[in-house]
Amino acid sequence: MNASVSVELQELCFRYPHGGKDAPHTLEGVTLAVERGSLLAIIGHTGSGKSTLVQHLNALLKPSAGTVLIEGKNIHENKHAIREARFRVGLCFQYPEYQLFEETVEKDIAYGPKNMELPAGEIAARVHRAAGLVGLDAALLPKSPLELSGGEKRRAAVAGVVAMEPQVLVLDEPTAGLDPHGRGQMHAMIRRFRRETGRTVLLISHSMEDVAALADRVLVLDRGHAAMHGTPAQVFARAAELEAMGLSVPPVTRIFRLLREKGVNVPAEVFTVAQAEEAIRGLL
Amino acid sequence: MIRDITIGQYFAGDSPLHRCDARMKLALTFAFMIVIFVCGNFFSLGLIALAALALALLSRVPGGMLLRSLRPIVMLVVFTSVLNLLYTTDENTHALLQIPLHFRGWVITVTREGAFTAIFTTVRILCLLLVSSLLTYTTTPSMLTAGLEHLLKPLAKLRVPVAAFAMMMTLALRFVPTLVEETDRIMNAQKSRGSNLETGSLLQRVKAFVPVLVPLFISAFRRAAELANAMESRCYTGTNERTGMKQLRLRARDYIALSAVLLLLGGVVTLNVFFGKIV
Ligand SMILES: Nc1ncnc2c1ncn2[C@@H]1O[C@H](COP(=O)(O)OP(=O)(O)OP(=O)(O)O)[C@@H](O)[C@H]1O
Ligand SMILES: [Mg+2]
Repeated sequence: MNASVSVELQELCFRYPHGGKDAPHTLEGVTLAVERGSLLAIIGHTGSGKSTLVQHLNALLKPSAGTVLIEGKNIHENKHAIREARFRVGLCFQYPEYQLFEETVEKDIAYGPKNMELPAGEIAARVHRAAGLVGLDAALLPKSPLELSGGEKRRAAVAGVVAMEPQVLVLDEPTAGLDPHGRGQMHAMIRRFRRETGRTVLLISHSMEDVAALADRVLVLDRGHAAMHGTPAQVFARAAELEAMGLSVPPVTRIFRLLREKGVNVPAEVFTVAQAEEAIRGLL
Repeated sequence: MIRDITIGQYFAGDSPLHRCDARMKLALTFAFMIVIFVCGNFFSLGLIALAALALALLSRVPGGMLLRSLRPIVMLVVFTSVLNLLYTTDENTHALLQIPLHFRGWVITVTREGAFTAIFTTVRILCLLLVSSLLTYTTTPSMLTAGLEHLLKPLAKLRVPVAAFAMMMTLALRFVPTLVEETDRIMNAQKSRGSNLETGSLLQRVKAFVPVLVPLFISAFRRAAELANAMESRCYTGTNERTGMKQLRLRARDYIALSAVLLLLGGVVTLNVFFGKIV
């Protein structure tokens, strides 16, 4: 096995117990390797199994077949390995603001590190580091989570996961329901986290723009199958197949494709607004 | 997983029992329970058990599902049976079995009367549970609430807010699955932050549930406030003059059901008189 692989899935299969006996598997043989320090975006139609997949990474769900290796270690080897996986893989759910429960933001961020049984000094240091990373104002730390705005709550919740300093950070639709400003801040936070820690990040997203802007690799899930896996350029080049799965390419990519069809000489591989800007400057 | 909890266990179907009027079913279930308590000897008990089984067959609810609804009370049945077996002893009882305990010369005596009572009580409890689960298996929660509201209507004259109570019940039932799902989600989120809900002493586990309960209550209150706003903006006032979307109507089969239960009551009383009461 490759030493630079952080997350490895082998033939992962899963079926929810209450789906009925002949219900299709939610995950059907997903095989995947994520390189350490890279950002993998997971995209797929609603109900394609993205959230189910990532819940396998920290052993919240047990695969019905196949294995999950984190840093080369099978997380279902024994009880101890499961607990270790909970701290190695930081999983941040969709709408994580609903998990806040402590009296102060500071205490809430400290909940994960406290469960890791770290010394008090280390916990305090991690809380401040995490708050800085997600861009949470230090003045908000002594406040009650209920007094924060929606976007601030979201960042506080993400900080609660980041404070565990996991090897792999998994974010399930972190920008869902945020305004453009909030989304920009979330992007900045993800970039800062990667720059400062060099850790692996898995990002579930419905926004192709987010994916194009952030991802090194893209995994496309379609009804529990890994339909595509490659760089954003490789995946977004297959626009017709994506559309057949109920997905799309980033809006700028579509515009540039239409321009090419009209005979304008622009490059086909344009995925972000920044790239588009550059391409148009080149034309002028 | 926490999703295993089923409340308002409705089994979709089209049996005669399903088609009966909810009010009649509620009233007859109540009547059946009274009959179960009236019964006084093994003959009448047998008649009741036969009637309960016939109802179960008539409902076409799979036997496995019915057994599953009986499972929660297995412990209770075993417990009462053991108590009945052991504690029915006086001068007039007949010993069936004596088990000497080599401790201070104590002897466990199982009497014939004790065994009878144990069997009697067990069959009674099973019948009670079977009939009441048949009611919830064959009636949707909304029809049950509507039926209950109609049956309690007379109380509205005494200024009891019957309609408001019925609405509360409907809403509570409606939000059970939502709350179960929410609990599942929050539990997973806190487990991801390393909370340990499965192991540790009782106190530790109770403490571990605080991070689940607090967000759950916050969101339940938020939901309640949102729902109240949504209802008020659609002019809901909670008065007793509301009409239901589904109108309840008594048909021939409801009167047949009524006669059947009355016949059962007659049969049980006759058997009681004829063979005497032993319990
Ligand atoms: N707890 C559960 N019990 C039973 N079935 C479930 C459960 N959670 C999800 N499913 C089913 O599994 C399938 C995949 O769900 P999943 O939540 O992984 O989808 P997703 O790709 O994350 O979708 P979305 O983009 O809407 O979040 C769906 O068909 C869903 O109905
Ligand atoms: Mg999801």
